Amino acid sequence: MGARLSSMLKDAGLTAFVAAALGIFIVGFRTVDVGSRKGLGFDYQFADLAVAVVTIFFGRLGLSLAAAGLRWPSMVLGAAMIAAGASPLELPSGFLHWFVALGGVLLVIRGVWPWANDAMTAAAGSRSGVVLGRAGAKWSGWLLLAAAVAMPFTPFGDQKTMDLGVLILTYVMLGWGLNIVVGLAGLLDLGYVAFYAVGAYSYALLSTQHGLGFWVVLPIAGMMAALFGVLLGFPVLRLRGDYLAIVTLGFGEIIRLVILNWFDLTNGPAGIGSIPGPTLFGAVFAETAPAGKQTVSQMLGIPFDGIHRLIFLYYIILFLALITNLFTQRMRRLPVGRAWEALREDETACRALGINPTNTKLTAFAVGAMFAGFAGSFFAAKQRFISPESFVFIESAIILAIVVLGGMGSQIGVVLAAVLLIGLPEWFRDLGNYRMLAFGLAMVLIMVFRPRGLVAHREPSLRLHPIKPGGGR
Amino acid sequence: MAYFSQQLINAITLGAIYGLIAVGYTMVYGIIGMINFAHGEVFMIGAFISLIGFMICGLLGIGSAPVAILLVLLMAMAFSAVYGWAIERTAYRPLRGSFRLAPLISAIGVSIALQNYVQLVQGARPKPGGDVVSGGFNLFSADGFDVRVTWLQIIIVLVTVVLMMGFTWLIARTPLGRRQRACEQDMKMAALLGVNVDRTISLTFVLGAALAAVAGMLFLMYYGVIDFFIGFLAGIKAFTAAVLGGIGSLPGAMLGGLLIGLIEVFWAAYFSSEYKDVAAFAILVLVLIFRPSGLLGKPEIEKV
Repeated sequence: MGARLSSMLKDAGLTAFVAAALGIFIVGFRTVDVGSRKGLGFDYQFADLAVAVVTIFFGRLGLSLAAAGLRWPSMVLGAAMIAAGASPLELPSGFLHWFVALGGVLLVIRGVWPWANDAMTAAAGSRSGVVLGRAGAKWSGWLLLAAAVAMPFTPFGDQKTMDLGVLILTYVMLGWGLNIVVGLAGLLDLGYVAFYAVGAYSYALLSTQHGLGFWVVLPIAGMMAALFGVLLGFPVLRLRGDYLAIVTLGFGEIIRLVILNWFDLTNGPAGIGSIPGPTLFGAVFAETAPAGKQTVSQMLGIPFDGIHRLIFLYYIILFLALITNLFTQRMRRLPVGRAWEALREDETACRALGINPTNTKLTAFAVGAMFAGFAGSFFAAKQRFISPESFVFIESAIILAIVVLGGMGSQIGVVLAAVLLIGLPEWFRDLGNYRMLAFGLAMVLIMVFRPRGLVAHREPSLRLHPIKPGGGR
Repeated sequence: MAYFSQQLINAITLGAIYGLIAVGYTMVYGIIGMINFAHGEVFMIGAFISLIGFMICGLLGIGSAPVAILLVLLMAMAFSAVYGWAIERTAYRPLRGSFRLAPLISAIGVSIALQNYVQLVQGARPKPGGDVVSGGFNLFSADGFDVRVTWLQIIIVLVTVVLMMGFTWLIARTPLGRRQRACEQDMKMAALLGVNVDRTISLTFVLGAALAAVAGMLFLMYYGVIDFFIGFLAGIKAFTAAVLGGIGSLPGAMLGGLLIGLIEVFWAAYFSSEYKDVAAFAILVLVLIFRPSGLLGKPEIEKV
C-alpha cells in the first residue's frame, strides 16, 4: 500500500512539475503595456500559478486514487477541493476559485461514475428499461419537436429565450447539413462556413441591389452554395480524409479572404447593412410599412409588438431545419444515401461494387453546401447586417464540434450538442473568453472519453434481420 | 534587378522560418500519419516565451545580443518542448487506435484551447518586442536602389541552416533517428524488436516543438510584434510547405518552406499584398490536387 501511495505521489508530483514548466513563463510573467511609451512590463502572477499547480497536484493524486480503486478517499479529496473553491478564502483571482472547485467536481464525478454507469447499464438491461428505451428512441424526437413548436407561446417565450432559440436552431440546421457530409459520407469538411457565407452574401447582394425578397432568394442562395460545393468539391474529392480536411479549410479561408478584399462587390470588411428581413405574404415586420406595403400587424389586425418578428424568424428556421432533417432521413433510404454510408465504411469495396466515389461524394458535398446556403441566407435576413467576421474558421470548427459531439450521423445527437455547445455558453455569456477555452478542451475530452459522441447509437439504415413486433429478433 | 534581389533576400528569410515549422508537421505526419493541427500554436507559444525571455534578459542587464539570443533560444526550445510533450501525452496518445479522424479533431480542440489560453493569460493586444539585433549592410546598389541585408536576416538563415544540418545528422546517424525511421516504416514491427514506440513518438513531438519554438523566436525578432493568433496562419502556411515538399521528407519541408516564402513575398511585391494569403492557400490546393505526394515525397500506396 505504502509503495503504491508513494508512486502515486511521485506521479502527481511529476504532473505538477510539468504544469509548472508549462505555466512558468506564459502564466507567471504577464506582459502588460507600460505607460504611454511603446514598451512592455511584467505583471507577475506567481501566486496564481502556485495555486493552479497545487490544484493540479491534488487533482492528479485524486484521479490515481480513483483508478486504484480507492474511490472514497478520492471523492473526499474532491469534496475538500470544492469546499476550498467555494470558500471565501483569499485566492489570487476569481478564476482560481472556479478552477479549484471544478477540479473537485471532476474528482467527485470520477468517483461516482462507475456506480452510475453500473446502475444505468442495469436499468437499460431490465425489462421496463428496454421498453422505456425503445419508447424514448421512438418518441423523444417528436416530444422535442412539440416542445420547439409550442415554445413561443409558453411563458418562456420572451425576447432573450427566443433569440437564443433562433441561434440554437440555426446551428442545429448547420449541424444537420454538415452531418450529411461528415456523418453520412465520412468526408471531414473544415470549410463548411464558406457555403454559409455564400448563402448569406447571395441574399444580401440580391436583396439590397436587385430588390429581391427573401423567399425568392432562398432557393437561389441554396443553389449558389451547392454550385460552389460542386466547383470546390470536384477537384479535391479524390483526396484522402485528412488532406481533404486541410484543403476544405484552405477553400474556406480563400472565400473569406476574397469577400474581405473584393471591395466593389462585398464592401470588404465594412460588410453589408440594411438587409431587408423576411416577409409574410408580402407584409413586413415593422411598426410602419414602407410605401405600397402593409405591416403584418395591419394585415392580421393585431397590435404591433417587436417580438412578432422574432417569433416569425423562429418558425422559419425551425421549418428550414426540419426540412433539412426530413430530407436527410429520406435520402438515407435512396440509393445515393446508401452509397454515402457505404463509402464512409469502405471506399475500395464501393469501387469494386461499381459505385462512382467521386460522384457520390460530390452529391453529399453539394447537398450539404445547399443547406448551409439556406441557413446563410436566413442568417443574413435575421441579422440585417453581415461582414466577413461572421465567417471565420472558428465557426466551421464549432459546427464540426456539434456534429462530432452529437455522434457522427446521429440526428438527435446534433440537437443535444447544439443546445449544449451554443445554448449553455450563451447563457453564461459573462464567462467571456473562458467559454472558448472550455470549448477547445471539451473537443479534446470528447475525443478521448467518448469518441463516438453523446448519442453513439445509430439506427442502421438496413437490417439483415428486421426486429419483429413481438420484441425478439 | 535590385528590387528583385531585395525581395529574394526577404523571401529566403521568411522561407527559413516556414521551413522550421514545416519540419515539425512533416516528422509527426511521417511517424503517426496525423496532421498536428496544434503545431502552429506551439510556434506561437515559442514566440511568447521568447518575448518574455528577452524581457527577462533586459531586466537582468544582459546587454550582449549574442548571449541574450542564445539564452532565449535554449529557454524557448526547452519550454516549448514541454508543450509538445504534454499535448501528445494528453490529447493524442489516448486516441491511438481510435477512428481515423479522431486525432485531427482533437488537435483542432487543442489549437482552439491554446489560443484562448494565451489570450486569457497574456491579453489580446499585439505585443512588441525582441528587437535585440539591428543594423545591416548594403550588398550592392543598382538603378538607384540599395539592396540591403540585415544582420538579423543573416542570423535567421544561419540558425536555420545549422539546425537543419544538426537535425539531418540526428535522423540519419543517431540511435534516436534510427528508432524514428523504424517506427515510421512499421510501428508494430519496431515495437516487436524492442523499440519503445511511445517514447519515440513523444520525442518526435518534443523535437518538432523545439524547432517551432526557434521559428517563433526568429519570427518575433523579424517582425518585432506578435499576438495570440499568429499560430493559425503561420501553421497553415508551414503545413502547405510540408505538403509541397512532400510530407514525411525533411529536405522536402525545407524546400517547401523556401518555395512558400518565395511565392508569398513575390506575390506581395509584384501583384497585390491583400491576396498573398490567398496565393498560399491556392498553392496548397493545387499541389494536393495535382501532386499529392509533393515534390520530394514518395507516392503513397493505399493498402486494404
